[in-house]
Amino acid sequence: MRADPMPEWRPTAGVAVLRARARMLAQLRAFFAGRDVLEVETPALCNAGVTDPHLTNPATTCLLPGGHEPRRLYLQTSPEYAMKRLLAAGSGAIYQIGKAFRGGEAGRCHNPEFTLIEWYRPGLDYAAIITETAALVAEVTGRRAAEERLSYAEAFRRHAGIDPLRAALPAIRERAAAAGMDVGDPERLERDDWLDLLLSHLVAPRLGLGRPTFLTEFPASQAALARLIPGDPPVAARFELFIEGIEIANGFHELTDAGEQRRRFAEDNRRRARAGLPEMPIDERLLAALAAGLPECSGVALGFDRLVMVALGLPDLRQAIAFPTDLA
Amino acid sequence: MATYSTNEFKAGLKLLIDGDPYNILENEYVKPGKGQAFNRVRLRNLKTGRVLERTFKSGDTCEGADVVDTELQYLYTDGEFWHFMNPETFEQIAAGSTAMADAAQWLKGEETCIVTLWNGVPMAVQPPIFVTLQITDCEPGVRGDTVTGATKPAKVETGATVKVPLFVNQGETIKVDTRTGGYMSRVKE
Repeated sequence: MRADPMPEWRPTAGVAVLRARARMLAQLRAFFAGRDVLEVETPALCNAGVTDPHLTNPATTCLLPGGHEPRRLYLQTSPEYAMKRLLAAGSGAIYQIGKAFRGGEAGRCHNPEFTLIEWYRPGLDYAAIITETAALVAEVTGRRAAEERLSYAEAFRRHAGIDPLRAALPAIRERAAAAGMDVGDPERLERDDWLDLLLSHLVAPRLGLGRPTFLTEFPASQAALARLIPGDPPVAARFELFIEGIEIANGFHELTDAGEQRRRFAEDNRRRARAGLPEMPIDERLLAALAAGLPECSGVALGFDRLVMVALGLPDLRQAIAFPTDLA
Repeated sequence: MATYSTNEFKAGLKLLIDGDPYNILENEYVKPGKGQAFNRVRLRNLKTGRVLERTFKSGDTCEGADVVDTELQYLYTDGEFWHFMNPETFEQIAAGSTAMADAAQWLKGEETCIVTLWNGVPMAVQPPIFVTLQITDCEPGVRGDTVTGATKPAKVETGATVKVPLFVNQGETIKVDTRTGGYMSRVKE
């Protein structure tokens, strides 16, 4: 055989993996069809991006009719806002299989472009959407072990030895230092950043071993687009699914209050300003849809490439996708 | 010196941390779906050889270390320093015993070595992967014994000791793999 002058043309996923992906996509579609959930498609390019300071929308420009300057458009980090506009317009239960984009995210479990499964279920509450997510994952991966439901607070007590809802900031920092985590100037991390550090280094690697773990009841400060569960302290009706230490999905019992959503977007932009990040335009069309009335619903975003990775036991996301962005 | 963002981190990149030069061995990007991203990095201190783990907030920057690998020709040792020459500029550089480490025992002169320089000062020396050296001292050879795999120690001209098969004789020249210090073969003059 001749030496290949440019071996990078080759896909990083084998044909067997591509076949498994196709089979899993067919199973997903069958799962949703069986539950009367409608498949939809929403734009990858939108006028607004996300305010979340931890996410970066890749942006591009595009000449649109009626304009003489190219418009700045954002590749979506998830189809959430457009899908909520459909829900507000009366679509009923919907799902989407599509590409999502997150700038700067690349590593063993990250690629800047990835396939996201996102679905919304009017009428399903927090417990019911977790049950449905567990059923979907069992169906598609063939991993049938019953799921574990573990609160964020309990997971931290068990694996990091602190109470994440009540511990004072110095105690959280001390815990990180005791585990040998050196992040330079500690003043630059906010409380939630420290919790993220402990979660990703100490807690997450111990979740979902042998059976899926649903991490539930996140701190209210990490509610994102989830509603709050009253209590002392209140917590967010948000969950994340972990399999073999890898985060696979994130779900919310969705916030439907337009005023509260606007406040959270504004708070995001204040955090962006503190962190020296550009402020993002707020998606007024989403807020208008929420004001018009989003039905009570729950929603989940699930990383399909990671699901393929854990289902097939692949060590790196690159082996689950044909062409990672650096070779695209 | 350049600074590098965590986005540019990859194995082999040289960073300056707390005044010391480090080589990145492994860089892992970790990020909760809706949270702060971190780069978890394993680094080797190029001065002490010690390996440490450090976590960077993604997006942070770190100063690069001016560390370059150059091919230099080994000239001689005065007992305290090992002297090298750049074959293009004829500039000479002396490496101490810490930088030489195990490399010194394989060098007799004129070999091309990879010398890692930090701010122009040698930090580490890699000898050629294969060197040919004459045996100056070993037990007499046992003729015909080429299969048992038994070995005996042999001292070579640079002073190093190499385990050689029983049939190898004093005065013969052998090829040695400097990465393992292992005998490869006899070399016919």
